[in-house]
Amino acid sequence: MTIDTRGTSVRFEHVNKSFGRVDVLHDVVLSAPGGMTTCIVGPSGSGKSTLLRCANLLERPESGRVLLGDVDIAAPGVNVDAVRARVGMVFQHFHLYPHLCVLDNVTLALRKVRAMDLEQAQATARAKLGAVGLNGLESRRPADLSGGQQQRVAIARALAMDPEVMLFDEATSALDPELVKGVLAVMRDLSKAGMTMLVVTHEMRFAREVASQVVFIDKGRILEQGSPDAFFDAPRHPRLRHFLDQVL
Amino acid sequence: MLEGLHQIFNTFFNPGLIAHALPEILAVGLPNTLLLSAFASVIGIMLGLFVAAGLLSGHRGVHLPCRGYVDILRGLPHILTVYLIGQGLPLAGLSLFGGNTYGYAALAIGLIESAYFAEIFRAGFQSVERGQVEAGRSTGMSQLQVMLHIIIPQGARRVLPPLTGQFILVVKATSLVYLLGLTASQREMFAIAQDSAINNANLSPLTAAGLVYLALTVPMTYAVNAWDRRLRSGPSPRPIEAD
Repeated sequence: MTIDTRGTSVRFEHVNKSFGRVDVLHDVVLSAPGGMTTCIVGPSGSGKSTLLRCANLLERPESGRVLLGDVDIAAPGVNVDAVRARVGMVFQHFHLYPHLCVLDNVTLALRKVRAMDLEQAQATARAKLGAVGLNGLESRRPADLSGGQQQRVAIARALAMDPEVMLFDEATSALDPELVKGVLAVMRDLSKAGMTMLVVTHEMRFAREVASQVVFIDKGRILEQGSPDAFFDAPRHPRLRHFLDQVL
Repeated sequence: MLEGLHQIFNTFFNPGLIAHALPEILAVGLPNTLLLSAFASVIGIMLGLFVAAGLLSGHRGVHLPCRGYVDILRGLPHILTVYLIGQGLPLAGLSLFGGNTYGYAALAIGLIESAYFAEIFRAGFQSVERGQVEAGRSTGMSQLQVMLHIIIPQGARRVLPPLTGQFILVVKATSLVYLLGLTASQREMFAIAQDSAINNANLSPLTAAGLVYLALTVPMTYAVNAWDRRLRSGPSPRPIEAD
């Protein structure tokens, strides 16, 4: 897969977020270097998805800074839509548009946000669908595809916008086991091609093989982060050791 | 017993009177009814979509006026609303349609219906999953773009059956235009039937009009249901062809 890698980094600086009285993120400091893959793991409800969603402002931090490159996107007055057009996101449940065929799913934002003409948008979409291994399905409805194919369409939809950063929120958690591989393969290719990626995942093998760094979040705090080897082979924090015991 | 049935038959189903009323109902009334229904529906749907979007707005300044609009127009007797628009507007110096009763009637019925359409659309829009909105917004689409291209197409299609019910009410509500006074050629189906019923001291012309209403509304229900089924299970659409 060839992509234009601009190596845009994402940095969270003292990010706090609460839902009502529940502290979801507590003074989170994290740097996701450009062109690298950062995997975020942790128990459910730990705040990892919320952290990811702060990177494209689907959640707005109550305090702290979220730097996309050099720009604090959480600052007041920032054009949220323009930020989001630079950051692709893939969801656990795909969220393809069920009323549109595969091709139109990918072209919609190209036409409405990038203001491409139909021909250009369709050419871009076909190229991205090809890159995720989905030639020939352009006229199908999402409901006619397998979960794995749907998720790859969702990845193509995000990639078509030519994002600088890709966010994956448990992208394989809703898939049948035999379909996980294909999606992870696409993500691995993307990582190799030098995309900046933040990946919330339960796939520890993927994290180990693909990530440049792995981050453990529990109860809204980052308890440990490091290289995959250090993270998985020599975890220091007792909570992480317990967590890894449970999932490995 | 037989005498009673005979009375009923003569009062409501007198073939001669029905046959006598039908030509005028079809030639004059039907086009007027259809025209009024079409105008009122267009106004009702356009405004209804707009108000439904407002009902879902997070801004109180947008949400509350829309809420009030729906509550008032649904709560007032329709006859009063028709008078308020049809006679009130000209009295207030807003002779939007000059002396044309039709314009006021279409506007009044359209406004009434827009309140009902708005609630139907709101329910449909709310049934679209939050994830659809997030998917759209995450690609940089604005709130309005997400509304137009993701929520409305999905939400509107889910409420086709209740929309059909509302269309039927629009068709029948056009009879309220008589309140504003009509010339002979302006009369819609019900007004013609009513005049004929009074002239003949017999209700059969109303039955004639009723038959034509049924001929309009029943096929409409079936057509929309068939369309609804096709949208739910039908063949995949082809991608939009290049222009």
